[in-house]
Amino acid sequence: MRTICFYFQVHQPLRIKPYRFFDIGDDHYYWDDYSNKTIMRKVAQKCYLPMNALLLDLINQYQGAFKVSFSISGVCLDQFELYAPDVLESFRKLVATGHVELLSETDAHALCSLKSKGEFTKMINAHREKIKKHFNGYEPKVFRNTELIYSDQIGAMIADLGFKGILTEGAKHILGWKSPNYVYQNAIKPELKVLLKNFQLSDDIAFRFNNKTWADYPLTTPKFVNWINAIPKTEETLNLFMDYETFGEHQWAESGIFEFMKALPEAVFNGSDFGFSTPSEVLDKAKVIAPIHVPTPISWADEERDLTAWLGNDLQDEAFEKLYQMEGLVNQIEDEEIKRDWAYLQTSDHFYYMCTKFFSDGDIHAYFSPYDSPYDAFINYMNVLSDFILRLEKKHKEQLNS
Amino acid sequence: MKVLMFGWEFPPHISGGLGTACYGLVKGLVHHKQDIIFVVPKLWGDEEPVADFVNASDVTVDYRQRKFKDIWKNLTYLEVSSFLVPYLSPEEFKKYTDYAIHDRVDVDESIFSNKFEFSGKYGKDLLQEVSRYALVAAQIAGSKEHDVIHAHDWLAYPAGIAAKQISGKPLVAHIHATEFDRSGESAGGPVYEIEHAGLHAADHVVAVSHLTRNIVINKYGVHPDKVSVLHNAVLDASIIESKVKKKVPEKIVTFLGRITFQKGPEYFVEAAKKVLQRDPNVRFVMAGSGDLLNKMIQRVAELKMGTKFHFTGFLKGQDVDDMYAMSDVYVMPSVSEPFGIAPLEAVRHNTPVIISKQSGVAEVLQNAIKIDFWDVDAMADAIFALLHYQSISKMFKELGSEELKNLKWEHVAAKLVTVYDNITKE
Repeated sequence: MRTICFYFQVHQPLRIKPYRFFDIGDDHYYWDDYSNKTIMRKVAQKCYLPMNALLLDLINQYQGAFKVSFSISGVCLDQFELYAPDVLESFRKLVATGHVELLSETDAHALCSLKSKGEFTKMINAHREKIKKHFNGYEPKVFRNTELIYSDQIGAMIADLGFKGILTEGAKHILGWKSPNYVYQNAIKPELKVLLKNFQLSDDIAFRFNNKTWADYPLTTPKFVNWINAIPKTEETLNLFMDYETFGEHQWAESGIFEFMKALPEAVFNGSDFGFSTPSEVLDKAKVIAPIHVPTPISWADEERDLTAWLGNDLQDEAFEKLYQMEGLVNQIEDEEIKRDWAYLQTSDHFYYMCTKFFSDGDIHAYFSPYDSPYDAFINYMNVLSDFILRLEKKHKEQLNS
Repeated sequence: MKVLMFGWEFPPHISGGLGTACYGLVKGLVHHKQDIIFVVPKLWGDEEPVADFVNASDVTVDYRQRKFKDIWKNLTYLEVSSFLVPYLSPEEFKKYTDYAIHDRVDVDESIFSNKFEFSGKYGKDLLQEVSRYALVAAQIAGSKEHDVIHAHDWLAYPAGIAAKQISGKPLVAHIHATEFDRSGESAGGPVYEIEHAGLHAADHVVAVSHLTRNIVINKYGVHPDKVSVLHNAVLDASIIESKVKKKVPEKIVTFLGRITFQKGPEYFVEAAKKVLQRDPNVRFVMAGSGDLLNKMIQRVAELKMGTKFHFTGFLKGQDVDDMYAMSDVYVMPSVSEPFGIAPLEAVRHNTPVIISKQSGVAEVLQNAIKIDFWDVDAMADAIFALLHYQSISKMFKELGSEELKNLKWEHVAAKLVTVYDNITKE
């Protein structure tokens, strides 16, 4: 039987409060508690709680024949603990069914895979501990990097850390004529299997579902089942990867997205030869078809599927360089608050807000940014980073003296 | 299309941004093969021959003709109130009104002479000139063939209205600034009345920004469908490489413009204080003059930052360019700025800019930091950031000049031609 593999990214950054240069050296608390809490509660009500309830019903209804997987960032788990324990509890219930897989990732949803193997490893371990703590000792076996960022090198690091597989984007420019609907292997360490997102069908749900100018609007389950039936019989795995906030937040409840998901398993079981699997099950069952070569990093963002949403312009590069110049110093310091801020400052979203490539049609970026412009985002971040560096240097001196 | 256009000034003899904008627009329209008859109260003879210029001072009008009677009736109000001279700063306004009250004469019959010598300035007889200008406009509209009438700002609105009465052709009222920008919320009086009349008499209104369009809709009650936005553009987008070197080691942050309520100089002063408290290695410059100058000097002294905050007085010509070139940051904290071309000049000098969100230019310039004029903290923060975080200035330099290249008068004129087409079809 062929299979659909659902994976949902669950993430909320810890947003920085408006932080002026006069605060540097004076105010060491950077986080916008009010907006973080408000946004978390809003998304919980619109997405996490109703969608978790819906998935739990489906899993129970089909007695495990329907299954999904999540990666929940550490920075998001921390905010569940603070602002949405009800959401955390509902995720626990899902995991407890045994038909929900949790994936590994970096604790802070960071870009450290591009910069430091040491930091990357630390963040993966930190995330593993958090998952263990919150989910009754659960241990993730499959890795999903921030925003599906992947390269041969990153894959090799992940293989070294003992993971059996990794998820990434089925980007056109790496696949060429090849299909994303197979299991591939890392080009350096063949033992690491690679699952590729079918971006056409994933984005039909995640981005186009409620687009009234789309030729295929409205998307119904029979239509979707027709499409998956059109996939050649030899292609056995359909990876549908998307933001979890697709459900109820990016696509509002009024769009019918919940009804679509509720009806989908039934339609798939009755109308196709597809079932549902978690990433681990896919990796265990499907045979590897070929190595996939990804010499420069890819991601699932924007049309380019590269890193330019987070890195590449002068603002992003200056902020990123300055931040990681501090890694050595941070490692010498024993201070819980500094360690926490160091992690949260690495969250990819801060760099995403500084992206300038969509000045003309930056709807997606604008939607997700709490700032008026990338310049505002950069200034605020650099003010905070300046204070963080002062703190680090001060603490370091203190440690040397004592 | 033959356009009968009424302005008040034309380069090189200009005292404000209006003449420059008219020049750019006319050049753009010529690019699109439009025939322009451009009327100004006074021609100097050294204007670039881009249009068929008409010097209002040369036009002979037989005011006894019947058709002028009605027009004249509507204009007597202006003649009578002509001692109220607006379009000046409050300080100058007072000076002129004092003068006019003592000097005032009632409407005389000299209006029925043949020619009127316009000064073309913004002097004490401004309202009188505006009304005479309308009579001349009526005469021209009767003798020069045209398809559409286009009037720039309130000074030319009575002319536009009069021309429309004579020829019956559709009228476009272009609004570069409103009385609300000049006087704040308390706008009223004859200028407001003229603006109101012009905007309502027009078949279509063209505003220089969405900001101005909203004022036209909300404060003058013009129907939104009747108002389009045509942002200003730049005549020359090239980068100006200056050899001027600043002679002080500190970074320089500059305010350059009239020191009046509308330009928000006091917010710049307060922001300067906040920056200096943190970083003494900065110098602030306030270049320009205006009725708030003394108040600003006083405030700077009060804040004890006289050694770091400098006033240059009114600058012109090369001095303006040098000032831009020497500056590390240019700030335009305008309270209400219909468009505001100065930041674009700063961009041409590769100087990073901070502009208020209450300026029309903020709608077209992406590579600038935008703040609310009253948000002194944000302004100080932006200044600090531009001085300390190098990559923003670097990006502004790379992207800003690219952006300027897209602000072309040809594009503006293309939109205007569409406006003309639509109203002449109706």
